[in-house]
Amino acid sequence: MLLKELSEARGVSGNEAAVRDAILSAVRGYIDEHRVDALGNLICLRKARRQAQPGSPRKVMVAAHMDEIGFVITGINSDGTLRFGKVGGIDDRILLSKQVLVGQEAVPGVIGYRPIHLIPKAERERVADVSKLAIDIGATSKSGAEKLVKPGDYVTFRTTFEILDEGGLRTVKGKAFDDRAGCAVLIELLKEEYAFDLYATFTAQEEAGLRGARVAAYAVNPEIAFVLEGTVCDDLPKKKDLSPVTEVGKGPVITLMDRSFIADRRLVKLLVDTAQQLGIPYQFKRGAVGGTDAGAIHLTREGIPSAAVSVPVRYIHAPVSLLSLVDLDYTVRLMCEALHTLERGLES
Amino acid sequence: MKELIKKLVEAYGPSGHETQVRDLIADLIRGHVDEMRTDNLGNLIALRKGEGGGKRIMVAAHMDEIGLIVTYVDKKGFLRFGTVGGVFPIATIGGRVRFANGAIGVIGWEKWLQPSAERPTLEELFLDVGAVPGSQPPVGVGDVASFDRPFVDMGQRLVAKAMDDRIGCAVVVQTLLDLKTTPNDVYFVFTVQEEVGLRGAWVSAFGVEPEVGIAVDVTKTGDTPEAHPMSVELGSGPAIKVMDSAVLVHPGVKNWMIRTAQELGIKYQLEVLEAGGTDTAAIQRTRGGIPAGCLSIPCRYVHTPSEMVDYGDVQGAVNLLGKMLAGPVEI
Repeated sequence: MLLKELSEARGVSGNEAAVRDAILSAVRGYIDEHRVDALGNLICLRKARRQAQPGSPRKVMVAAHMDEIGFVITGINSDGTLRFGKVGGIDDRILLSKQVLVGQEAVPGVIGYRPIHLIPKAERERVADVSKLAIDIGATSKSGAEKLVKPGDYVTFRTTFEILDEGGLRTVKGKAFDDRAGCAVLIELLKEEYAFDLYATFTAQEEAGLRGARVAAYAVNPEIAFVLEGTVCDDLPKKKDLSPVTEVGKGPVITLMDRSFIADRRLVKLLVDTAQQLGIPYQFKRGAVGGTDAGAIHLTREGIPSAAVSVPVRYIHAPVSLLSLVDLDYTVRLMCEALHTLERGLES
Repeated sequence: MKELIKKLVEAYGPSGHETQVRDLIADLIRGHVDEMRTDNLGNLIALRKGEGGGKRIMVAAHMDEIGLIVTYVDKKGFLRFGTVGGVFPIATIGGRVRFANGAIGVIGWEKWLQPSAERPTLEELFLDVGAVPGSQPPVGVGDVASFDRPFVDMGQRLVAKAMDDRIGCAVVVQTLLDLKTTPNDVYFVFTVQEEVGLRGAWVSAFGVEPEVGIAVDVTKTGDTPEAHPMSVELGSGPAIKVMDSAVLVHPGVKNWMIRTAQELGIKYQLEVLEAGGTDTAAIQRTRGGIPAGCLSIPCRYVHTPSEMVDYGDVQGAVNLLGKMLAGPVEI
């Protein structure tokens, strides 16, 4: 399964090569041109296959980010353990005792911590100081560790992709569904024919501050942009009747507003109308949390009308995330049909 | 000018929903400008061509105001909401908001009658739109509201919601209408989405590519009881920004403002704002960098439903901006 391959590919911000290669081999038969820019964005062009109707845009960009959160090795201790720093937004409380893979050679390791027997009660009630944590790769000396890894090596969580539920919502678990889910949707969109040039842009360094999208949008200079994401999902039981941000199994998520942008109202209407015509479920993202590449893209040059569509993903920015393939398939259908409708132009 | 201010402040226009304000301004200035267009994000860009020999100047005032966005509707028809821009929960309780479709909501707090409750948090607030059991509320998830308050003319002082920054829009519109001749190509830009991160100014400045930028916006004051010290007060004239938390004003632009105020013989004050930013910062950092400054209208109770300005300060700002635009620019 393509999503399994994408999820298990290792690509922390700034080091997206393995993800890029996996995507390129999946899309090569469907694109007319591609290039990798200076920041590592993979920009694929699928040219218009039909005559454009009046009002149709000529150039549409759809973006999904390749990078995932992770760590980078900052030094090697005399006992052979590795110091590390975080890349992207990671909650310190999730780090203890997690399995990781270090560097190009995927050296296995664990973020080690003393067992409960040795930790005084007061310390157990505090979050461990991340600056005192280290990755243990089983080396017993600095020189031993140096044979396997070096400072600057990137580190990912070690998580295998698995299907959890064959029927029903067809849920799966794996790492980095933020945003390999978006990459998977975008790859499917490249298999369709459009009346405009589609720039499928797989961006770098989103988790480090929307950096790839900023330069890619400047270069592509599209008339309209969509961003595909694996977004925050928060549908576990709550004390109060407050809203979940999104819910697994309730369909593609349309963003009205988040911390990084306010979606173009015409594009939101296009997406909602399309979902209703297709008779597929959709949900608005509730609560203006998080940000996406749309934050950078819509502010490019003189401004680019932008929208974001996401697959709801539980436990993002953690070692294991969970999504429903039903949601993912609906997201493909929604986006595909919305792009075809866009060929008739945007209602103002 | 009070009639103009009343129209502008009472219009509905939270960030991202500036259409009503834009249509209103377009109607006010049509026939007084040489070109007018709306860009991709919704900025209204109007050009008054100069007679030659001048500079390309961008004058910006933002159309948007802070507001609320509905995130959840419960079984009884009460709404939970998030904020659009910098809304203080404590300043909203008991207030009213209005949606694009005219629906009115009252803001309630779960702990209203609890003695010694802490300051409210957003999660404890809710909106009551008058829904009765069994009926559908008039608004739903994703709908956006702004504060609802009428304009009040107190004589010298004026109070309304959204003085930030409709008073800036009013100053810019009035200046445009009063401007007889100018050597400069003046782009009057009414920007969107300032309250959520100076976004409209960012892209419109890229499009206009000015040689000089001037934002017109409100600033805080230090003239109320036990206020945090700040040497800006109502009634002492328009304020010339020196810095805020997002910008260090180009000294040439600042001095151009000071010099012009002195030539006119009008009152002015210098502004150092410790927390806050305006479109000035976005204009300044567009393309290769643009000398930019800000003409500020002192305003009490910023980001509450009752923002108060002094009419003399407003008129001073119109005089100062008009004089600046009418002649050659030296910075």
